[in-house]
Amino acid sequence: MLSRLFENVSRRALVLLGVLLVGLFGAPIVASDYLLTVLILILYFAYIGQAWNIMMGFAGQLSLGHALYVGLGAYTAAALYVHFGIGPWLGLLVAVPIAGLAGAFIGYLAFRFKVGGVYFAILTIAVAEFARVGFDHLSWTNGSSGLFLPVAQYTRNDLWLLRGQPVMFYYILLVAVVLAFVFCRALLQSRIGYFWLAIREDEEAARSAGIDTFRYKMIAVIISSAMTSFAGVIYAFYYNNLFPEQVFHISRSIEIILGPIVGGVGTLFGPIIGAFLLTGMSETLIAALHALGVDIPGAKQVFYGFCLLLVIAALPDGIWPWLSRRIGLSEREK
Amino acid sequence: MSALLKVDGISKRFRGLLAVDRLSFDVPEGGIFAVIGPNGAGKTTLFNMIAGVYVPDNGTISFAGERIDGLSSDRVCQRGVGRTFQIVRPFPALSVEDNVIVGALMRRHDVVDARTHAHEVLRRLDLYDKRAQRASSLTLPDRKRLEVARSLATDPKLLLLDEVMAGLRPTETDRIVSILKELNRDGLTILLIEHVMRAVMALAGRILVLHHGASIAEGAPGEVVRDPAVIDSYLGAEDI
Repeated sequence: MLSRLFENVSRRALVLLGVLLVGLFGAPIVASDYLLTVLILILYFAYIGQAWNIMMGFAGQLSLGHALYVGLGAYTAAALYVHFGIGPWLGLLVAVPIAGLAGAFIGYLAFRFKVGGVYFAILTIAVAEFARVGFDHLSWTNGSSGLFLPVAQYTRNDLWLLRGQPVMFYYILLVAVVLAFVFCRALLQSRIGYFWLAIREDEEAARSAGIDTFRYKMIAVIISSAMTSFAGVIYAFYYNNLFPEQVFHISRSIEIILGPIVGGVGTLFGPIIGAFLLTGMSETLIAALHALGVDIPGAKQVFYGFCLLLVIAALPDGIWPWLSRRIGLSEREK
Repeated sequence: MSALLKVDGISKRFRGLLAVDRLSFDVPEGGIFAVIGPNGAGKTTLFNMIAGVYVPDNGTISFAGERIDGLSSDRVCQRGVGRTFQIVRPFPALSVEDNVIVGALMRRHDVVDARTHAHEVLRRLDLYDKRAQRASSLTLPDRKRLEVARSLATDPKLLLLDEVMAGLRPTETDRIVSILKELNRDGLTILLIEHVMRAVMALAGRILVLHHGASIAEGAPGEVVRDPAVIDSYLGAEDI
């Protein structure tokens, strides 16, 4: 199994991957506090982008409501901690199945009743919006006034309860990004990965090749939503405050999908490159504007829009397929 | 020879149009059976009912002694019925090899086994040298053979071919004819819908002529093409 992961990977790709990993693992040593928070944000989006990509890039099912799974993960773990003192890792055992069930619910509704394409996307928005309004009125999680985790000044990192400094979150997210990458590569190389690509390419042809498309689309949604909820748990314990208006908002869902689209839908490196470019550059832009004493609300959104336009016009497959050819690498799933 | 596929009194109506009208026929195991007829005769509708895309309004379809009418197309394929599409539908962004691996994975759980099997199938269909190309970059004749390859990789007992020769040059047609003959020699039963009479005459052991959704003639190729009703409705006198 492990040897198959490295099958068809050139020496050059391995060296580049190694350098990248060493750089990322060493980054906190040299990075300033500010840079570290930007890197955390980048890793956060890289991870969720990878999870979203399983549904869209592999199985061809467009979700515009991934904030739902982030929010469910975040709220479940945070509420369990606030109300019962249950730590985030145990909270995951509840949060992940809840998000997976929500994904299964949407998938079942859509795939059983043959809701596809844009209608499926609208359904994912609708359920996320429903959750946003619902959580606004849920007193157990404090409704629209927000759920707060107790915070203190931490001198040491408690990995078990996720109470500590940003650098701890950086490493947790870095490990998550690496594991998600390896997991997605393994999925793509497996039977299920081939079936997903077939469904993405032509669902009817896939079915006539003997693929139970309902079943494999369900698996894609459940894996993607469950994976996404982990990022939600980390989000809750990193920011320590949750508002339904923020976590479930559609702008969050859009932010999640921009990275993989800019980086390259269906590729393994796309979500990572997209997160680095978009989040990295937009934060730089905001910092630069701030240094110049300019404060333009919405500058980040305008910048995202500009990037999206540029990529769609120049590189409709995203940056990674183009970049991988330029640096002499290529991927099967390209 | 016993019947591998038994179609018994099936009908299909699309609103006012009766596309297939109480049609019955048997496809013998190991045979090559052709369905011909003018455009709009109901050939593709018939085909889609066998392949599980449509459910017949009446009648039954049995494969290897078991009812398959009403099953979904993936289940029909799992039972051992492979199909091609009239308008080819390869997975465009995947390589030729990966297209066939998808088919091979239906009965194989290991990707390495599936790849080995896919290579065998690609060699039979003269596509092995093009295995690394994207399916979308293939020419039409190659795409038609890829369509057959992907279906064959699922190890069907019965192969349904929907106009695989349409749009091909005579040399390409002869190439597919010889490949199909070889597959049939190895035990594959074939049901083809075809307009290219050259291919039908070369391949079919038995022909059914469909007109307005009903059978107007059935028999050996030599008899059918001399049937006055067939000449009148479909072939035209000068075609023979």
